[in-house]
Amino acid sequence: MSIWSYANPVKFLALSARVQPVLWGAAGGCVCLGLIWGFFGTPDDARQGSTVKIIYLHVPAALMAINAWFMMLVASLIWLIRRHHVSALAAKAAAPVGVVMTVIALVTGAIWGQPMWGTWWAWDPRLTSFLILFLFYLGYIALWEAVEDPDTAADLTSVLCLVGSVFAILSRYAVNFWNQGLHQGTSVPVATGGRTVADVFWYPLLISMVGFGLLFIAMVFYRTGTEISLRRAAALRARSDGKA
Amino acid sequence: MLPELGKYAAEVISAYGVSIAMLLALVVLTLRRGRRARATLRLAEQEAKRDG
Amino acid sequence: MKALLQRDLRLALRAGGGFGLALAFFLIVVVLVPFSVGPETDLLSTIAPGVLWLGALLACLLSLDRLLALDFEDGTLDLLVTAPLPLEAALSVKALAHWVTTGLPLVLAAPVLGLMLNVPGGGYFWLVISLALGTPALSVIGTFGAALTVGIKRGGLLLSLLVLPLYVPTLIFGAEAARRGAAGLEASTPLLLLAGITLACVACMPFASAAVLRMGLK
Repeated sequence: MSIWSYANPVKFLALSARVQPVLWGAAGGCVCLGLIWGFFGTPDDARQGSTVKIIYLHVPAALMAINAWFMMLVASLIWLIRRHHVSALAAKAAAPVGVVMTVIALVTGAIWGQPMWGTWWAWDPRLTSFLILFLFYLGYIALWEAVEDPDTAADLTSVLCLVGSVFAILSRYAVNFWNQGLHQGTSVPVATGGRTVADVFWYPLLISMVGFGLLFIAMVFYRTGTEISLRRAAALRARSDGKA
Repeated sequence: MLPELGKYAAEVISAYGVSIAMLLALVVLTLRRGRRARATLRLAEQEAKRDG
Repeated sequence: MKALLQRDLRLALRAGGGFGLALAFFLIVVVLVPFSVGPETDLLSTIAPGVLWLGALLACLLSLDRLLALDFEDGTLDLLVTAPLPLEAALSVKALAHWVTTGLPLVLAAPVLGLMLNVPGGGYFWLVISLALGTPALSVIGTFGAALTVGIKRGGLLLSLLVLPLYVPTLIFGAEAARRGAAGLEASTPLLLLAGITLACVACMPFASAAVLRMGLK
């Protein structure tokens, strides 16, 4: 059985019904554990004081904000190439989750920046890129809302997602060129495998990141199911209207 | 109960408060919309069955 | 292709075609800036390149929604899609016409308006050349946005929301080149990057626009 068999909505819903309880449980557990451990069980940083605890929200949210867009990109490509409706709907379902993650990352960053950098907002490359990512999310969602025919909407948003990705990456480099940053380097450099965070902070952070990831996946499963239901209800209505 | 947060208590607690509120709001909205959509679908299916 | 270009240019030049509207908008934006930030010459000359770039960008945006919408309403667009001329070429021509009627006048007007904002002496060359290199990208990206929103009623606001984030890299490099030029710094690096973006956009975006237009009109 190949992965493509899950492009069938019935199979997808069956899989989704099977994995969702596990996903929601694990997501809730990891998020709660990570955040509670982070909030109650970790020491203050020598320089940052207790504000270091914000990292357990900020880093996972930022990570998922980018990964959500990446997932939408992959889903859009699958829709454009293989025309699986589930894929297009999954991309649609992921976008609002991505927006919330982006906003959490921006807000927690601002709250952290106020005491640490002495400012809520700085036109730093990382901050600015996130703001631009936020705008891309808004445009993507607005386009979904505006186009009436669902298949056309899926087509148009998919292309927007592709083109938007290219421009988002371009903007990232442009912004880097435009201003040198205040923001510290990444805390979790995946490529090099090393990390700049001490163990006491690292384990709750890791759990929190996994939790946010699972939460995103669970949410996308559920929301895709919602979209499938809506689409199917509309199709049934259209059919009975046609008969009457 | 609360750990000693020092002079940054307001910042840390507000960051947690805002983020958790947003996550909860997202989950609640998602579930509510999902329930409504599934109810609509059931209704439509029943109608379709009745009409033959 | 030539006929299409001539037609588009003639339509734009005719009264109510929108030619001059973008230019007037550009002028008004630049006139409003001293009212909003105060008349200090030093401040104005510092922000002048950025203001001119932003004004040009907004003026360009203003005329985008009529780029394809009018043709959509009277059915010309359906003819273009089915015409033997590749849609990619047709859209490139339309973007070119848009640039000739909005981008080019903006480039030519920029030095005059720069004078009003006290752009320092050496800055004019960089200002004009960065606008000349950057505005074609604005037109081509704008055509993509117009193609995305063509079938949508009241798509004007949505068009801005979609297109403005796409303008970010162009704006950054263009304004950076103009700013460095005005400050007497070395400005050829951002200028080259800007030229790169414009060339890539001109080469690739018509394909995306045409694909989107076909999907939208299907």
